[in-house]
Amino acid sequence: MASKKYNYKKYIMADSYYDPADLRKFGNITEWSEELGTKFFDYYGKVFEEGALSAREKSLIALAVAHVVKCPYCIDAYTKDGLQKGITKEEMMEAVHAGAAIESGATLVHGVQMMNKYKKLSM
Amino acid sequence: MATKSLKARHEDLVMDNKQMEILNGGIFEDGELPYFKDKIAHTGQFPLRPKKLEILQINVGYMCNQVCEHCHVDAGPDRKEIMTRETMEMCLEVIRNTSAHTLDLTGGAPEMNPDFRWFVEEAAKAGIKDFIVRSNLTIIRANKKYYDLPQFFKKHNIHVISSMPHYTRGKTDRQRGEGVFDLSIKALQELNAVGYGMPESSLRLDLVYNPSGAFLPGDQVAMERDFKKALKEDFEINFHNLFSITNLPIARFLDYLIASGNYEDYMYSLVEAYNPSAVANVMCTNTISVSWDGWLYDCDFNQMLGLKVASKIRHIKDYNEDILNDRNIIISQHCYGCTAGAGSSCQGSVT
Repeated sequence: MASKKYNYKKYIMADSYYDPADLRKFGNITEWSEELGTKFFDYYGKVFEEGALSAREKSLIALAVAHVVKCPYCIDAYTKDGLQKGITKEEMMEAVHAGAAIESGATLVHGVQMMNKYKKLSM
Repeated sequence: MATKSLKARHEDLVMDNKQMEILNGGIFEDGELPYFKDKIAHTGQFPLRPKKLEILQINVGYMCNQVCEHCHVDAGPDRKEIMTRETMEMCLEVIRNTSAHTLDLTGGAPEMNPDFRWFVEEAAKAGIKDFIVRSNLTIIRANKKYYDLPQFFKKHNIHVISSMPHYTRGKTDRQRGEGVFDLSIKALQELNAVGYGMPESSLRLDLVYNPSGAFLPGDQVAMERDFKKALKEDFEINFHNLFSITNLPIARFLDYLIASGNYEDYMYSLVEAYNPSAVANVMCTNTISVSWDGWLYDCDFNQMLGLKVASKIRHIKDYNEDILNDRNIIISQHCYGCTAGAGSSCQGSVT
């Protein structure tokens, strides 16, 4: 008879920095700082409610930002959220490009600084 | 895309106890997630009991012209379970005497039952307030003999409720099969042409949306707004309401969840979205589901799991509403599907 399987999972850290199952535990951050955690989640929940922007529009913004900040949890969460809201894959990809364009624009606009410095240093 | 039912493929999963084994075991047995029973006991809602009966839902057979990926009935062209006229006679007797205000015919594709028209004609005479037929739309275009269905529905003042998983072709066809989107659009236009779904029309045409994948439906009001806008702009289609329905982990949807490695995450999503106020209005509290062979169930989902009502009265031939209503509703972990978020029923959200 096989011996009872011991659950090591509880005690050993995952061997990767990102575990998809950790997303479900996001709420646990409140356990070690209840006031700040609660305030954060109240704020977070409020932000994504329908307002001057629809919940759908906010979901697409969140998806774009998730890519820019390269948060795998956020990408999982807002891809699923988008599906739930009926957002199409074409809309999702355009949102990612909007984020990427701003991110690359932010890099490229520094090219002006480079040009300025170049000109200043050159005779 | 599957072309055969799980039953025709002799898949183990559709053996009822195999599904129950999965729903009662794994993450629930390990204590990772709470059993539905314990969850509703928290708010004093166990055992779950019926309220006044409002809806009589009759499944006239599992045969269907489509083999949708998410179908909890495991319906398809190869399914031979079809209600006989004899069982329909027994149903008619009940329809004439029931206190329910809504009669809801479902399937499979109910129109494929050879006695469907006769049954509708007879049932319509009982003068039930709301007479629903759940039509998959493509059936209207499947064969010449169905082309006049919109007129037939109109003649008997049938409330048509139709599935439409998305307003784009790609998502619809992936869930329901190649070409389903175009046929559905054509069928909706034909229903509109005879007056169904038009803004002031009394001929009710509602759409049902269920997610095409391992995620929950979004807000029903927002989805309805998006569907209305897109279908109107792109195809000049009108309809009344959109019901968003959560896919329950039963039959082909359960098979898909397991095969795609989404089962545990999906169950987590359902449990996380648990809404105690939805429990008070789940459809099993106001509905009786009748199977093609006359057995009685708390809902169409329990029917597919083979969970007959826990009552002395278990078959339509012995039907007695008072005795039947005095029962405990049979629940399991699939019930989380009806209590997630705004709740889910054949009539859409419940909160």
